[in-house]
Amino acid sequence: MTLTEKPNIQENLISVLKTVSDPEIPVLSVLDLGVIREAVEKDGIVQIKLTPTYSGCPAMDVIADDLKKAFSEIGKKAEVELILSPAWSTDWISEEGLQKMEEYGIARPLSESHDKDVLLSEKKLVKCPQCGSTNTHLVSQFGSTACKALFKCDECHEPFDYFKCLK
Amino acid sequence: MKNQNLYNYILTIADNSLILAQRLGELCGHGPNLETDIALTNISLDLLGQTRSYYQYAAKIAGENKTEDDIAFLRIEREYKNCLLVEQPNTHFGYTIGRQFLFDVYHLMLMEKLQNSADEILSAIAKKGIKEVSYHKRFSSDWVKRLGDGTEESNAKMQEAIDDLWRFTDELFFMTASEKEMVKEGIGIDVSIFKEKYYEEVSEILKEATLIVPENKYFTKGGKEGVHTEHMGYILADLQYMQRIYPNMTW
Ligand SMILES: [Zn+2]
Repeated sequence: MTLTEKPNIQENLISVLKTVSDPEIPVLSVLDLGVIREAVEKDGIVQIKLTPTYSGCPAMDVIADDLKKAFSEIGKKAEVELILSPAWSTDWISEEGLQKMEEYGIARPLSESHDKDVLLSEKKLVKCPQCGSTNTHLVSQFGSTACKALFKCDECHEPFDYFKCLK
Repeated sequence: MKNQNLYNYILTIADNSLILAQRLGELCGHGPNLETDIALTNISLDLLGQTRSYYQYAAKIAGENKTEDDIAFLRIEREYKNCLLVEQPNTHFGYTIGRQFLFDVYHLMLMEKLQNSADEILSAIAKKGIKEVSYHKRFSSDWVKRLGDGTEESNAKMQEAIDDLWRFTDELFFMTASEKEMVKEGIGIDVSIFKEKYYEEVSEILKEATLIVPENKYFTKGGKEGVHTEHMGYILADLQYMQRIYPNMTW
């Protein structure tokens, strides 16, 4: 397992991969999320290497099924292998993905040190995806899924999810 | 089995995660408030995810078409190798947090070592797990401080839990024959290396939480060799029920 940080994705498979989304954050495709580490067609079979965001992420089985389904719709057979190394990082979410995430109402991950500042010393750095204010506070280190923390905006008073930095 | 020691070693680590995940799962919908309920079940899910990675690996080693589910659901009590600490009940929230805290500090130290294991798969699982376990430790140590340094009642309950669970901490550093063999091969971790560091870190956080570090030197062990406390049978009854009643059922 010596995959480099940059995934090896065959050009002609991209359009299909784009149609498969994360069931928990449906605006993000698996490509935006950076969980596809390899997708190549070999002997007529699409071979995909998928990496989980978190070990117990329940979305992974669904994503694997959705990938197979998406390729079968264009008459291709796909095999999905789950790999753990190198471990997924929030750095692998594309810029386009981060923007879609914000529009969807989830605050984007901060840098590693800023992330620690907000989760440990409760500094006000996370931007409310509704009104843009950073006058926000941490409600819970775990949000609706393990990858998110729950925040509340003290300006517009809306609660929102913050996608935790994972490195 | 060709690689019995490695198989045993994987289960020694994985069973801790499975049984603790099961204990935390009991609180799903019963947490003291929404945020802690969600946090505890998220931690449970992380641990379960790690367990699956370990069991899938162990199943490959076992061969004979064994699956991760066989390992999770179809063993008898004596074959589970988790430490006694993780099987202790959710007597009250102080116990849930105390158990989590005493385990998380150990778990993170173990993962930090295991990422350098000569075994590529164990190393990959550990690298992935470190990130998750760091969050668990933050959560549990925060709560130890909040309860310890809280009201008179929360302090008393947190202290009660720590005092009661303390006797299970020594077992974390007990090494079975399989573990010792794996250490020799560069795969396993000699946990005695960080025993002192463990007690230092735990004591530091307890003091910060205005709690008294127990001086009790009476320790109990057995889980890692399959000799469990009376709680284990009840956990397995819950955990294995569906597979025992409807063998080979799938969702
Ligand atoms: Zn706002």
